[in-house]
Amino acid sequence: MRALRELVGPLLAVVGALVVGAGFIAVVGQNPFAVYGKMAAGVFGNAYGIGQVLFRATPLVFTGLAVALGFRAGLFNIGAEGQCVVAAFAVAIVGATFAGWPAIILLPLCIVTAMLAGALWALPPAILKAKVGAHEVINTIMMNFIALALVQYLGHDAFVHATVRTTEIGAGARIPRLEAILPFFRGSPVNLSVVLAGLAAVFVGWLLWRTTFGYELRAVGLQPAAAESAGIPVPRTRVIALCLSGALAGLVGTNFVMGYKGFFEAGFSGGVGFLGIAVALLGRNHPAGIVLAALFFAALSYGGLVINTDVPKELVEILQAIVILFAITLHVAIERRGRRKAA
Amino acid sequence: MTPDLLLSALAQTLRISVPYGLAAVGGALSERGGVINIALEGILLMGALGYVLGAHFTGSAWAGLAAAALAGLLVALVHAFVTVTCRADQITSSLGLNLAALGLSRFVLKEVFGSSSNSSRVAGLPQWDVPLLSAIPFVGPLFGNPLFLLAAALCIAAWAVLFRTPFGLRLRATGEHPEAAATLGLSVAKLRYAGVLLSGGFAGLGGAWLAADQRSFTDGMSGGRGYIALAAMIVGKWNPLGAVAACLLFGFCETLQIRLQGGALPNEFLQMLPYVVTMVVLAGAIGRAHPPAAVGVPYEAEAK
Repeated sequence: MRALRELVGPLLAVVGALVVGAGFIAVVGQNPFAVYGKMAAGVFGNAYGIGQVLFRATPLVFTGLAVALGFRAGLFNIGAEGQCVVAAFAVAIVGATFAGWPAIILLPLCIVTAMLAGALWALPPAILKAKVGAHEVINTIMMNFIALALVQYLGHDAFVHATVRTTEIGAGARIPRLEAILPFFRGSPVNLSVVLAGLAAVFVGWLLWRTTFGYELRAVGLQPAAAESAGIPVPRTRVIALCLSGALAGLVGTNFVMGYKGFFEAGFSGGVGFLGIAVALLGRNHPAGIVLAALFFAALSYGGLVINTDVPKELVEILQAIVILFAITLHVAIERRGRRKAA
Repeated sequence: MTPDLLLSALAQTLRISVPYGLAAVGGALSERGGVINIALEGILLMGALGYVLGAHFTGSAWAGLAAAALAGLLVALVHAFVTVTCRADQITSSLGLNLAALGLSRFVLKEVFGSSSNSSRVAGLPQWDVPLLSAIPFVGPLFGNPLFLLAAALCIAAWAVLFRTPFGLRLRATGEHPEAAATLGLSVAKLRYAGVLLSGGFAGLGGAWLAADQRSFTDGMSGGRGYIALAAMIVGKWNPLGAVAACLLFGFCETLQIRLQGGALPNEFLQMLPYVVTMVVLAGAIGRAHPPAAVGVPYEAEAK
């Protein structure tokens, strides 16, 4: 019952956005039903489309979980973008430097590298928040830009001449594509890191609701003062939460570098860090909701390419933004109604 | 250091700082009223698009300026509606609007100009001839640039309004302690709308500067400037004049960055500077930077 109620807001937001989007489609002289129909058919009507959606949902699950874990601790991590950029770069460097190593060592090493690099990039804002109370929103935004500049600087040495990409990682660092196991997905870039994303969702759910630390984390997020009096170390919990958030965002590197391209390329992220905020929001900061929201945003993202010949694919960027605005507005309205009913 | 070099560096710094300054001062007005506005980035972008559309369809730079301000106001209006009227989260609303601006500008670019990267060329701003001042090398043309003069006037006016008028006092009161402001019979909602809308107009004109300077619109041309403006606003401690000073500092860094290409100091470190400085300032290392006490908190009038 409660789960159903949680679904009302996000579903209304999605419907609202599609209605507004229909307006945009009509303005450019197309039939909204035909365009949405074509989108749905192209996305869900064949295995390649579904593979594309899974591939695009993978990073969104990671960044959505990252943002949600922060939210649950009362922290707004806008730095997922920078965290995943730094992590992907680190993975590419480690994967290429130890290219000759066997998969059994190199694969876990790369995954751990991704998580460590992401956590490391979240550490300064985390410490500043815990020590001097500096707002993590501003600091994580600043870290995003510092990440871009840093990667550009390191790229002078690391990038292949006259490109913005690194050298290829070793075979032992590659995550196999799903098509290698399920021929059904032939040609689509979806790879086994989608399984890693699923595991990450399960892990976050377990951590938040089945462990003492998760309980403390949520207590700090809901009522820091009360948590403090209950003996929960608030600053330490915040630092760990934000670093875990960064580690989750860092895992984006596994999908792109290890599972898809085999190298780091500047600008690869396409804003998945920022979209993670939308995913967490629409998924109501719950792992199951996040998986659904990530699939939805991924479907929109690939759907944009399907309809690009009729309507500019940027339509979906507008739709994504409208979903966010509707979701936060409806959330407040629904909460208030709930409170009135309860009173 | 020849005078020419100095003057040309000064002119370049001033030019770079105009959009930063307008957006940062706008941000200060919004946040002083209690509403976080990270949408400055999107407003700059929509302002630039507004300028190009206005100038494209009428052939007049003035119409471009008006359209830029209007575009900024529209984005700000949505932000105000979502956060003040609907009391939704201000940070998320801003980020959503930034995303919307990016998508919408690309959409319009394709539909109007049939290109995914840039618009056609439009009219630039007129150049006035100001006696004496225009004769100064390098810096002179700026004194004949109507938008430069407007921007300078607006930034000073914003400071005067904020700290020397009853309206400014009331706006600051709603950002510090909305309950107290409401007790005095002030409309918190109206004042917050005013702050947010002002930020939209300011940053919209900042976007116009970008487009007018280049005489066209290019995809994503705000290029993170809204975030630098946000940083400048913090470094300037939410004071319009402080924000302008920070913008000039950041603008100077960028000038150095352009001129020292290939110098001893890696460019990327200069590029990082505004962000690092902001973090250091926020950490309290260079005096304490206090945001308005009630910034980010939706105000809900008590039930009657």
